[in-house]
Amino acid sequence: MSRPPAALPPRAGVGFKPEHFEAILAGPAGVGFFEVHAENYMGAGGPPHRRLGALRELYPLSLHGVGLSIGGPRPLDREHLQRLAALRRRYEPGLFSEHLAWSSHDVGYLSDLLPLPLTSETLRVVCDHIDETQCAVGRMLLENPSTYLSFDESEIPETEFLAEIVRRTGCGLLLDVNNVEVQAGNHGFSPEAYLDSFPLRAVEEIHLAGYADAEAGLRIDAHDSPVRPRVWSLYASVIARIGARPTLIEWDNDVPDWPTLSAEAAKADAEAARVF
Amino acid sequence: MSFEATISAFARALADPHAPPAGDARRFAVYRNNVAVGLIRNLEARFPVTRRLVGDDFFRGMAGAFVAREKPRTPVMIHYGAGFPAFVRGFTPAAELPYLPDVAALEDAWAEAYHAAEAEPLPAAALAEVASERLEGLRFAFHPAARLIEFATPAASLWAAHQSEGEPAAPELWAPEAALVARPQADVQVRRLPEGGFAFAAALRDGATLGEAAAPLIAAGGDPGAHLVGLIQAGAVAALL
Repeated sequence: MSRPPAALPPRAGVGFKPEHFEAILAGPAGVGFFEVHAENYMGAGGPPHRRLGALRELYPLSLHGVGLSIGGPRPLDREHLQRLAALRRRYEPGLFSEHLAWSSHDVGYLSDLLPLPLTSETLRVVCDHIDETQCAVGRMLLENPSTYLSFDESEIPETEFLAEIVRRTGCGLLLDVNNVEVQAGNHGFSPEAYLDSFPLRAVEEIHLAGYADAEAGLRIDAHDSPVRPRVWSLYASVIARIGARPTLIEWDNDVPDWPTLSAEAAKADAEAARVF
Repeated sequence: MSFEATISAFARALADPHAPPAGDARRFAVYRNNVAVGLIRNLEARFPVTRRLVGDDFFRGMAGAFVAREKPRTPVMIHYGAGFPAFVRGFTPAAELPYLPDVAALEDAWAEAYHAAEAEPLPAAALAEVASERLEGLRFAFHPAARLIEFATPAASLWAAHQSEGEPAAPELWAPEAALVARPQADVQVRRLPEGGFAFAAALRDGATLGEAAAPLIAAGGDPGAHLVGLIQAGAVAALL
């Protein structure tokens, strides 16, 4: 069997969940691509690789890392870079992305996307880390974060920080529209104004997800529910400006059945069709 | 504060639930909760029967105590929890459940077998092609997914009884057990080893010849041929050496 081309079509895709495997193979799945968290496929073998190999014979793939800790002060984990590079060679994903966040420090790996101050010092460190990643793994997209607190020492607006990273490293951006809405709520800014200053030309993939409302008015990037109406309208405003992009529905917790998830992806395709 | 100092303070405050928050307490609590819940959820997925045996609340408390003490060393979370069975063995509130760490050890072996490297298992017919005078000197390469594990409790029977929904049956006999965990193809399989089977299989795995491994079995009146065929049929062996 020959693989479909690596490039992701400018359509909706979904995060691959093993419980949907049979339904997807019974297909056609009606989605343009699947995305996986790279770290879930770093075992030596077994069912995860068997499923991903079969999936890749049918669909383009997006590889999304959640553990590289690009936004931390410590040197990147070389072994982890090699693991990512090996996955990229093996599965030939159309895109590889990581986060503007850190997750590892002296205490170990904290299994969360943690925030960093945005300063000229951290900008330099992050750019060095992205350069190193792109040398070892290949070109990457960087995702805008969802954060719950900010640092007093931050001196560069996030959108400016991301634009400067793109300028210095040549990486692309993954725009998570839900993260924009989460941050807007948590930090009290206008999501429209954020998007107006976002370097949209560099956006090569979009993420959509549902968030949760926590006590004390905080929005939590929970990936456990449908995309909110406000996020759909922000999404429409973005693709009206830059055109359709590969768009991922992220639904990682309280994962719904396949018809529900694929219907959410169909909504993203319908939104794109409506805009154009 | 320098970048290094800011992140070090943040990480220390996250790792220690009794440390003061780094920044606004209400907002920092979201991160503290994310880290703990994320790691606990991983353990819940890796140790489902252990969890069922003690209930959700007890498990969450026990897993929470473990994650407070031991963070993953790498972002490859599929190996996180290897230290959990030993932690459960020393967890005082569970001291009256001697089978609990055994079941956790079995589930950990299951998870490692699930992610182990691929290899073709030795076909059962391969043994028939070996000249009889060579049999005694044979050595075996075990399959990368194969795990042998010995318990002071009937942990394998307990585990098996909890593989389906509904009220699990109690083990017929409350006695020590041993198990082989294997994944010859896609599916992980757990088998109870017969009397003498653990020592025999462990000797072969550790490089003994068939003759060396069989001697104690023969002395005890066992049938090494049946044990060996059982191991090969279960997919525990990858090659003859």
